[in-house]
Amino acid sequence: MQNEATVSKLNMTPLKESRKTTRNKWIRFFVLVVASVAMLYPLIWMVSSSFKPEETIFQNMGLIPYGFTFENYVVGWASNSVVTFTTYFFNSIKISTLSVIGNLIACSLTAYAFARLNFKFKGLFFSLMMLTMMVPQHATIVPQFIYFTRFGLNNTIIPLVLPRFLAVEGFFIFLIMQFIRGLPRELDEAATIDGCSKYAVFFRVLLPLCKPALITTVIFTFIWSWNDFFTQIIYLREAPMWTVTLGLRLFIDATARSAFGPMFAMSTLSLVPIIILFIFFQKYLVEGVATTGLKG
Amino acid sequence: MFKEVKVLSKLLNKHAGYVFLIPWLLGFLLLTLIPLVLSFYYSFTDFLMIDEPHFVGLDNYIRMFTTDFHFRDAVRVTLLYVFISVPLQIFASLVLAFILNKSVPGLAGIRAAFYVPSLLGGSVAVAILWRQIFGTNGIFNVLLYSIGLEQFSGISWIADPRYALGSLVVLRVWQFGSPMIIFLAAIKQVPTSYLEAATVDGANSFTRIVKIILPLISPIILFNLVMQIISAFRVFTEAFVISGGDGGVMNSLLVYTIHIYNIGFRQMRMGYASALSWFLVLMVAVFTVLAFIMTKKHVHYDE
Repeated sequence: MQNEATVSKLNMTPLKESRKTTRNKWIRFFVLVVASVAMLYPLIWMVSSSFKPEETIFQNMGLIPYGFTFENYVVGWASNSVVTFTTYFFNSIKISTLSVIGNLIACSLTAYAFARLNFKFKGLFFSLMMLTMMVPQHATIVPQFIYFTRFGLNNTIIPLVLPRFLAVEGFFIFLIMQFIRGLPRELDEAATIDGCSKYAVFFRVLLPLCKPALITTVIFTFIWSWNDFFTQIIYLREAPMWTVTLGLRLFIDATARSAFGPMFAMSTLSLVPIIILFIFFQKYLVEGVATTGLKG
Repeated sequence: MFKEVKVLSKLLNKHAGYVFLIPWLLGFLLLTLIPLVLSFYYSFTDFLMIDEPHFVGLDNYIRMFTTDFHFRDAVRVTLLYVFISVPLQIFASLVLAFILNKSVPGLAGIRAAFYVPSLLGGSVAVAILWRQIFGTNGIFNVLLYSIGLEQFSGISWIADPRYALGSLVVLRVWQFGSPMIIFLAAIKQVPTSYLEAATVDGANSFTRIVKIILPLISPIILFNLVMQIISAFRVFTEAFVISGGDGGVMNSLLVYTIHIYNIGFRQMRMGYASALSWFLVLMVAVFTVLAFIMTKKHVHYDE
């Protein structure tokens, strides 16, 4: 606040200048609004196309449908397969929810150990954790696939969910750790004097205070596992196990017989959960990105 | 009995660090370290999933550079993609961060609009949408036609091998929102006193950006650059969906991860896929180190 006050004092210039500044401000605003609309145009067009009758979709770039129909949603939901999008959505929600729970538990436990506890090899472990963030998933996926297959877990959700319970996503460990480091150590000390064990300090004192970092973890984990394609296409081989992303893939094969309407309808639906999360938790997303440099 | 419980709880409290670390230690060991060692070993074998791996020495690595022309295409496509799209994306995010840093009405809404593509960009849905937008009958061609560029409006920007990669590049640049937010946070950290001093000395806003803000946020620029390079090397979903799953006409969209997927998970040649994976790790490592070395002179850290 203080800084802003100094700046505005410094910028205090004759009236003519100030009028120019205001004009520039509104020009910037106008340009930025046009740019935002251009950025979002493809998405808006997709949503609008999902309500257009099939044959009119490519006749115009416009957003207002000539005719309005839910037909695309009905046809799309049936999915041209032995199972429908009911199954795909159910599977996606199951995988994303379990991933969220896994990351919440495992990453917060790890973060507390690195942020507050002392133990042998802490420095080494921490460096290894940071290093694994740099290793592409592709370097480990072949052996992982072989072993999950040997254990008969191919075509189950275990290979997608289990890693989350073992804290493989260092990003979230780092995020929560940074947050815990920002909390005053006096809290831990006071609780310890009151007779709290290290476990009680974590569960009763620190964890409730980490809520913002935990919410960021929840949202990003949900979105990332919702959007995940590479791991899912490798492990989920049969239709009853497919997720929304795998269900959508069917439409690419079917584009010869024009199915654009249903395809846009289901694509739109697949983005709804992310958009909802974004609308309600925008603040946490933006802060999460800004503080840790997470890729959104 | 009661005494033993007490001793145990004391012990647990003393070694709490390891107790809290159990999930991560297990994960690191079972899902990272052992798989890394194994895939390194497999990369020197002809492992096919059904039989036992046989040691074949450097055969897999030799094959990459001699007979596997898909590998050559994959490396070319991936490097082109990384080195065209990432600089453009970083440039766009920097420019917009500077514009948004000035006072703009409705900042929160505009920032949100710019950020949404970063959230949705990696999804199958958006890749499907891209495939339609840049197809022969797509709205991109409608746009070209309506602004008088009829001669280009019959091209399929997806299927024509000369342009296909362009659509993928546009898709990444479109997702400039997330580095932009990081830049915006960094610019806000620049001490106002520096900028005031420069203003008093007669520096205009362009000079302030070039001489003060850019050097001060240079570590963040490097950070964003490295993170985006790493993520661009891993691109899969977009290229897979836009190309229809096969790497496109004349391999024009065959990014490296699609090649790994084809070899490992379609042909089940696990030995060769492991070798390809290790080459990816090597490429990412080399370019990350290069980014650090090349920017060393220009990146300033607080002492």
